[in-house]
Amino acid sequence: MATVDIRFVGARGKKDNIETVEEIQNLVTPGDIITTDTGFMRGHGTFMENEKLHASVAGVVERVNKLICVKPLKTRYNGEIGDVVIGRIIEVCQRRWKVETHSKLNSVLMLSSVNLPGGELRRRSEEDEKLMRHYLKEGDLISAEVQNIMGDGCLSLHTRSLKYGKLGQGTLLSISPSLIKRRKTHFHNLPCGASIILGNNGYVWISPNVNEETDNTGGYEQNLEPVPNDVRIVVARLRNSILALADHHMIIYDTSIMYAYEASLLFTVKDMLKPEVTSEIIDLIQQRMELEGT
Amino acid sequence: MADVNYSEAEKTFILHGIQDKFPCREDGRGCEDYRHMEIETGVVSNTSGSARLRLANTDILVGVKAELGVPSPEKPDSGCIEFFVDCSANATPEFEGRGGEELATEISTVLSRCYDNSGCLDLKSLCIIPKQQCWILYIDVLLLECGGNLFDAASIGVKAALYNTRIPNVTVNQEDDEMEIELSDDPYDVNRLDISSSPCIVTLSKIGHYHVVDASQKEEACCLARLMMGVTAKGTISALKKEGWGSLNPESIFDMMETGKKIGQVLNTSLLNVLEEEEKSGNKRKTVGFLK
Repeated sequence: MATVDIRFVGARGKKDNIETVEEIQNLVTPGDIITTDTGFMRGHGTFMENEKLHASVAGVVERVNKLICVKPLKTRYNGEIGDVVIGRIIEVCQRRWKVETHSKLNSVLMLSSVNLPGGELRRRSEEDEKLMRHYLKEGDLISAEVQNIMGDGCLSLHTRSLKYGKLGQGTLLSISPSLIKRRKTHFHNLPCGASIILGNNGYVWISPNVNEETDNTGGYEQNLEPVPNDVRIVVARLRNSILALADHHMIIYDTSIMYAYEASLLFTVKDMLKPEVTSEIIDLIQQRMELEGT
Repeated sequence: MADVNYSEAEKTFILHGIQDKFPCREDGRGCEDYRHMEIETGVVSNTSGSARLRLANTDILVGVKAELGVPSPEKPDSGCIEFFVDCSANATPEFEGRGGEELATEISTVLSRCYDNSGCLDLKSLCIIPKQQCWILYIDVLLLECGGNLFDAASIGVKAALYNTRIPNVTVNQEDDEMEIELSDDPYDVNRLDISSSPCIVTLSKIGHYHVVDASQKEEACCLARLMMGVTAKGTISALKKEGWGSLNPESIFDMMETGKKIGQVLNTSLLNVLEEEEKSGNKRKTVGFLK
């Protein structure tokens, strides 16, 4: 059955207007004067002109003692050491891969900071360099950890643990990095039959459940068998749940995703693309969160 | 088009999803479902008619400007319609400079081919004095964001903008041999276009052995060949184009045409319903435009 779902903008729910959130304080747009007092220090997102401190990005002003920063509302990913990220290989270079990680510059993954298939630990030879494209080629997705941040802000990644490495079948989502909650673990095997990796860089990877003992091989052996239909529906439902959360600017972590997933079970996966259904799901989650005090 | 290189495993995942007995695409849609669309007409004040369409991530702004001009010598008794597509570098950095030109000409050619049919739009009514004066409709399509399925989105936007178009009434006074045209000053003394039989493009993408409508960007990357067809509300096909490097079996083309025809009819009727509904809601409504 073919379905076409068109609306006109005017029919959009008026609800948003009534339920105006309390106005955020200290909101600035680029060029706004933050202060004329010269006693403050210039932090990220600000610049000094004519002895006045201006904002250079749109966001919220934050002050720590004498330091004034503007935290942008929408930003690319600013890496921190130890973050879990998901990236896509875009180039194979000399002894390194260039990886796209939604940050300002492309990140690098050195040949010396990956686990070779079989988990061998040894010096990387010329042979290995020739086989680089065999391990990871352009377009491949990897999960990795930020090892170091270089002077220009470029990230250096490593995958020296069996939980990191090449990703197999699944769906990649891109949401705002600020919505991902920093947690102890970013790898979750959800009870509903799928696993997710919440990259700190705003990339979320949803894949069919992995068996931790046998499948943690760094992803060099790929399983291209068809995924069963029920698992696929779970993956699609999780995808739509996470996008619904992101659309309503809700923080994304394992509990909120599970709440969204459970609330969405009332609807078909397809219906979750409609705005009124997503706002209903979000209402249900908010109620449940208030109830359980999380 | 803005192509990201996807990994083998991701493509396999999408391919298997469509081959399934109960197809489930990555967002849970079936093979013949469109994503959510939102439309608004009359968003640009200095045009004769305009519309903005958002289809999931694809964002399109269409403006129609009616200008007086000379009819083409081949068709002296009808008006003209001219398409121009602009791919903004806001959509993707690849469109910067002349990067988007190829895609833009491709979209405008398909659009003009769809409308190059006397049954689609009554161009004769746009003629004022045969061989001398006619209305020329300049249709500008601006691509603001790419989220896949640009052709369908552009055509829906164009149809909505044409629905919204109002052309001033013109009276012709004849004095001896001189013809004089008088343009009405009254903003309500206008003519509207009949779009009941103008086409919408339906793109069918062949992925593996099956075809889907409204492919997302990721699905477009997996697609071997696609068939674009201009379908009117009655189900007649006004234009057909095959694109992509893969080849199609004649039988599958037939299948795709059947599907496209069916979906095109649904698409046209629901679009017209929405446009009429929007009009009924009257002048009270505020234009939302780009403020979310």
